[in-house]
Amino acid sequence: MLEYLMPEYKVIRDKDRCIECGACARQCSNEVHKIEEDGSLSADEVKCVNCQRCVCLCPTRAISIQKYENNFRENANWTDQSMKEIFKQAATGGILLSAMGNPQPYPIYWDKMLLNASQVTNPSIDPLREPMETRTILGRKPDSVEFDENGRITTEIPPGVTIDVPIMFSAMSFGSISLNAQKSLAMAAKELNTFYNTGEGGMHQDLFPYADHSIVQVASGRFGVHKEYLERGQIIEIKIGQGAKPGIGGHLPGEKVNSEVSKTRMIPEGSDAISPAPHHDIYSIEDLRQLIYSLKEATGYKKPVAVKIAAVHNSAAIASGIVRAGADIVVMDGYRGGSGATPTRIRDNVGIPIELALAAVDQRLRDEGIRNQISLVIAGSIRNSADIVKAIALGADAVYVASAALIAMGCHMCRTCNTGKCNWGIATQRDDLVKRLNPEIMSKRVVNLIHAWDHEIQEMLGGMGINSIDSLRGNRLMLRGIGLSEKELEILGIKHAGE
Amino acid sequence: MLKKEGEIRIPAGCAISGIMNRKGIRFSGVDIITSIALMHDRSNGLGGGFAAYGIYPSHKEFYAFHIFYDAKESKEKTEEFLNEHYDIDLAGKIPTRKMSIIKDAPIIWRYFAKPKESTLIESALPEDEYTARCVISINSNIKGAYVFSSGKNMGAFKAVGYPEDVGEFYRLDEYKAHLWTAHGRFPTNTPGWWGGAHPFTLLDWSIVHNGEISSYDANRRYVEMYGYQCSLQTDTEVITYLFDLLVRKHKINLELAARILTAPSWDEIDAMDPEKKELFTNLRRIYSGALINGPFSIILGSNKGVLALNDRLKLRALVAATDGDNLYLASEEAAIKVICRNPEKIWYVEGGKPVVMNLEVPDKC
Amino acid sequence: MKRVYAVEKLCLNCKLCEVYCKTAHSKSKNVIKAYKYETPVPESRIFVEGDNTASLAFSCRHCEHPACVEACITGAMVKDPETGIVTNVKERCIGCMTCLLVCPYGAIRPGHIAYKCDLCQGETTPACVANCPNHALVYIEGGSEK
Repeated sequence: MLEYLMPEYKVIRDKDRCIECGACARQCSNEVHKIEEDGSLSADEVKCVNCQRCVCLCPTRAISIQKYENNFRENANWTDQSMKEIFKQAATGGILLSAMGNPQPYPIYWDKMLLNASQVTNPSIDPLREPMETRTILGRKPDSVEFDENGRITTEIPPGVTIDVPIMFSAMSFGSISLNAQKSLAMAAKELNTFYNTGEGGMHQDLFPYADHSIVQVASGRFGVHKEYLERGQIIEIKIGQGAKPGIGGHLPGEKVNSEVSKTRMIPEGSDAISPAPHHDIYSIEDLRQLIYSLKEATGYKKPVAVKIAAVHNSAAIASGIVRAGADIVVMDGYRGGSGATPTRIRDNVGIPIELALAAVDQRLRDEGIRNQISLVIAGSIRNSADIVKAIALGADAVYVASAALIAMGCHMCRTCNTGKCNWGIATQRDDLVKRLNPEIMSKRVVNLIHAWDHEIQEMLGGMGINSIDSLRGNRLMLRGIGLSEKELEILGIKHAGE
Repeated sequence: MLKKEGEIRIPAGCAISGIMNRKGIRFSGVDIITSIALMHDRSNGLGGGFAAYGIYPSHKEFYAFHIFYDAKESKEKTEEFLNEHYDIDLAGKIPTRKMSIIKDAPIIWRYFAKPKESTLIESALPEDEYTARCVISINSNIKGAYVFSSGKNMGAFKAVGYPEDVGEFYRLDEYKAHLWTAHGRFPTNTPGWWGGAHPFTLLDWSIVHNGEISSYDANRRYVEMYGYQCSLQTDTEVITYLFDLLVRKHKINLELAARILTAPSWDEIDAMDPEKKELFTNLRRIYSGALINGPFSIILGSNKGVLALNDRLKLRALVAATDGDNLYLASEEAAIKVICRNPEKIWYVEGGKPVVMNLEVPDKC
Repeated sequence: MKRVYAVEKLCLNCKLCEVYCKTAHSKSKNVIKAYKYETPVPESRIFVEGDNTASLAFSCRHCEHPACVEACITGAMVKDPETGIVTNVKERCIGCMTCLLVCPYGAIRPGHIAYKCDLCQGETTPACVANCPNHALVYIEGGSEK
């Protein structure tokens, strides 16, 4: 039997440290570790996906995972990776499927922008001694208001939702992730007074207690969408696209559709949940307007309606259309966005960086004089608090994080979510794996992460002489580019460091 | 290669002063010059200016355009534009004294003009909006021409130099106004452009400003959505446009507008009673782009009166005093005491709480 | 008194509680040395039963009226009147295993002497509870309804 695909990783077990407790063998859902008859441990490396579960759990830190060094002849064009992908497709005849966001070495613009600090001509503000406001209100607003004789506003102001930090948890459906993972996010959202997003899988009843902190998504498959579902959410998000797979719909393999998923999504058990590529009732911008207003009618105009698109070439024009179609919030997901399952080629080649899309959309909406009417939320790999500050300086009202929250819960980016064997209990529906994720512990870790980021944001704001996030929004003079071309600086709307 | 205002952002520190008589009784510029001269060390001689209200009673229905020209061609082009849009009643050089300290003066002219009836009707705009757009158009499009004052029965006078010298240069002791504001500049760059000095004006708004706002670009990108062009790239310009937008275009009462720019903190709002809480929450939501962050003290003048304001955290000095019908404002107590020995009341202005005096006999312009 | 209770739905069947129990009762208190270099190898006093689908860790319940204390023929099994912890006094245990026979939970295991949980001798947190990666063991007051 000719083996074209070698293991990617080697399991290094330090015999001097291994106490043969067998925890690794019991934990590995990919069946890599095995307890032999004499009690010793062996490893079948070809199955290892490098999820790091055994490494983290081993009581003596006896295990490490390293790259399996088997080098094809060097070729800058036909790399090992490109050849292995062909081997896979020659064997299966199928589309290559991956999970999580684009891992290719395209430029990361967050890392090419620098922030300002105030000195002498303008004092920096001390966040320990002065209030530093990171509260944000999302929703549609009028450009101006009218008052009556008593000074009360008579203009009708559309509903808004308040978040204490400019960070929300992005859509991850029940089905793509486990109920325990969703619960952890919901609990964290409640504690932080922000929102989590149900994704396109409907809302499981265990999450009803957290409805006040939920955003409900209406995606092309309309899974789990019924009147009570819409009523429960505080924001309704129409998902047109996502950064990991612009132009195509979601795919949840039948193995991940157990009885709970089936009930929540309102589909038969064991059937593949395939969301169609477009919404089949939105073929043009006016159709979107129709859907937006249908949703508003169904919920009595009490909730803001958001529209989420993937960042693509003409995002600016699309965003402008979305604003004029009546959306209250525009959400954009860049090409680094994550996913439970997406075709590799689309993930790695379709879409554009969120930094550029954000700058372009924010500027276009301002040029048209409509930026102040809506809130702009972005996603697509926010990795730390500096990314958030830069995003807001470029013009965002708030950011969505997803992969970062999962990493806080233990995800090690092994990127095999689509197999449904997540050893951390995150991207799986297997009961024996899901129970590994204790929402009490994991929600606390997520809360810690967001609190830490909030403190860092406050420190950076204070350093810039700003005490309210309102004054950072769109304040591009606080950014300078480094190592960027003229064109990139122009698109981002910022100057180069030194200017 | 030094860039001038409009090509680059120049932060500045400074001195400001203001005197107003609420009954509209006019007085000469001597006092204001004395006051600002006391604060000599707050400037560095790179800019000084004054705004005066009530100085052209004989032409109080006409817009008084004060314009700088770099060259004859700029003057010709501008006058062509003015003649297309306005009927000019009187035009001429602004009288000045020859002083060796004030160098490189541009051509300084003023015009008393009314919008041409036909063009005004065709534009379907109120005359204030019509004039604002004309001024912005001249400043953005005609090279070498800069309209630095465009209100009725008021005028700004500014130059590169210490303010007391600028006051003497423009012969302000010969004018009489019921409201005077003054500014001395300490820019951290040496552009030497007269247009960069304060006050910044639009129609009858004038602002003298001390401080540097860190929210500048957020404010600029907000206000530029509504037809303004921040061509000078100065904080003063954007603050003036914010007031113009909120008060003239959105018809918000001046004091509330000031409160919006220095909005109360969320902690304060959470502690308010429900009606006020809803009002301020909505205002902060809608006008988040107008919130000003960073140290500032400003004196805003208009034909209706004067308003003085400090940033929320009170990071700049501003002192106020009242004596009889007069209101005095300055960056330093001494600058008030030098012209008013024993004011009835003197106090340090609180952060975010505007000090307002309205003219009791408002000019019907 | 506080006791160790297992939360079945959180148990991973990793058996790390057993590993840390052994380590806590070793001479060196070091995992590697305890397993590889000590003789005799220390015994675990907590036992995980079941498989990956459903598992549970159980240990001595430190009963109000311990059957093992009554049955012990040498008086080695005692219940401390203050802490309530039931321990097996090593010097007096003769290894007859009567306690093992009478324990209704099967929480006693045979060895050189009878081995059972001693709640880590009254430490603030027993080793099994402190080291369970999923918080499937809790150390709390009260009855089994918690």
